[in-house]
Amino acid sequence: MKPAPFKYYAPTSVEEALAHLAEYGYDAKALAGGQSLIPTMNFRLAQPSVLVDLNNISDLFYISPDENGGLRIGAMTRESQIEHSALVAERAPLLYEAMPHIAHPQIRNRGTIGGTLAHADPAAELPAVSVALNGRFRLRGQVGERWVSADEFFVGFFTTVLEPDELLVEVALPPMPPRSGWSFQEVARRHGDYALVGVAAMVTLDDRGRCQQARLVFLSVGEGPVEAHQAAATLKGQAPTPEAIRAAAETAASADVDPSSDIHASAAYRRHLVNVLSRRALEQAFERAGLRD
Amino acid sequence: MSELFPVAVTVNGTRYERNVEPRMLLSDFLRHELGLTGTHVGCEHGVCGTCTVIFDGQAVRSCLMFAVQANGHEIVTVEGLGTPENLHPLQEAFWDAHALQCAFCTPGFLTTLVPFLEENPNPTEDEIREAIAGNLCRCTGYQNIVDAVKLAAERSKAKGNT
Repeated sequence: MKPAPFKYYAPTSVEEALAHLAEYGYDAKALAGGQSLIPTMNFRLAQPSVLVDLNNISDLFYISPDENGGLRIGAMTRESQIEHSALVAERAPLLYEAMPHIAHPQIRNRGTIGGTLAHADPAAELPAVSVALNGRFRLRGQVGERWVSADEFFVGFFTTVLEPDELLVEVALPPMPPRSGWSFQEVARRHGDYALVGVAAMVTLDDRGRCQQARLVFLSVGEGPVEAHQAAATLKGQAPTPEAIRAAAETAASADVDPSSDIHASAAYRRHLVNVLSRRALEQAFERAGLRD
Repeated sequence: MSELFPVAVTVNGTRYERNVEPRMLLSDFLRHELGLTGTHVGCEHGVCGTCTVIFDGQAVRSCLMFAVQANGHEIVTVEGLGTPENLHPLQEAFWDAHALQCAFCTPGFLTTLVPFLEENPNPTEDEIREAIAGNLCRCTGYQNIVDAVKLAAERSKAKGNT
């Protein structure tokens, strides 16, 4: 239960960190909050020969208002800071409501937004939330930077488009359109455990009160965040009646997800949860959209 | 043995300086380098909560940090909360409410709950249960721990009112 030896660097700038990553490539791992990486190192499931610790790069810790009405969040911002940010509550309430579901307070005091996104655990909350919010990620390498949208960033089980010599440095969340509502729902055996199923929902109404856009993004039902495109399509242009919501939830459960069984839950139970949580999430999101202009 | 790194850290008000391998966990540093064995080690992968310490005022799991990362920071362990003659009010409430049996998990509960009560001095039962969701106790069934937190909160309120 002790990590294997590694070379350790604690750079104070992104440039310095990128130089170490470029030098060591796949042998190096970036250390953010460490709340997933260190347990796997303790078990020696991961034995990186080099750790590049990002905790001393003060430039990566911030939550700032974007001039377009959205948010910019530095990759090393602790989850507990986001959880307690009035600015996040105002501008990205879906993110704000999802935060307390992430593990436990002790974990959120260390865990970072960039770390959980780059780790891409299919059971994690923030990958699904960032897709539902149309988030964009700034990735930096030594040769330059690129922006990648959240739905293009996650490509599979613990896998993203990040290259070994790149760092996720910033998350940009766009402003919420008017007449939008949100909801985050999950079922876990115990508060803070990995969710058996979770869903991040965003909906927008048109000026006649019909559904202009709906997004339902699930966690713990596939290899990454899973978006329910077919369920969303059934809602488009419809009044958000209880019948329309029920039909969309059933479509999500039967057509959009293909969960697997494991020791925590059977595939059939996960499908059932997708149905129930979709309905709850859509009801709450549409209700909030009606109350918000 | 890999390269050693200097760590200068303040623990329970005392400054310590050591040279450590970067792979040394903060939990092992506290126990083996500093001899502060009040911080217990249970699962060593961030599930049981018994290694919780107060790092710059916040509860963190010391098995999920490297000692080298504590350089320049301040830590409070269970040894820093109170003494046998002069218990911390939360320790006193644990005693009075029988919130422990074998006590293996107790240091982690205390270091989780002290910052929690500072931030939220008048918590609801649900908030208390959520706050301790990351700490495992195999003896008490949690009920007496919840009672102890309520007792500590009531006592601190009564004290504040007098």
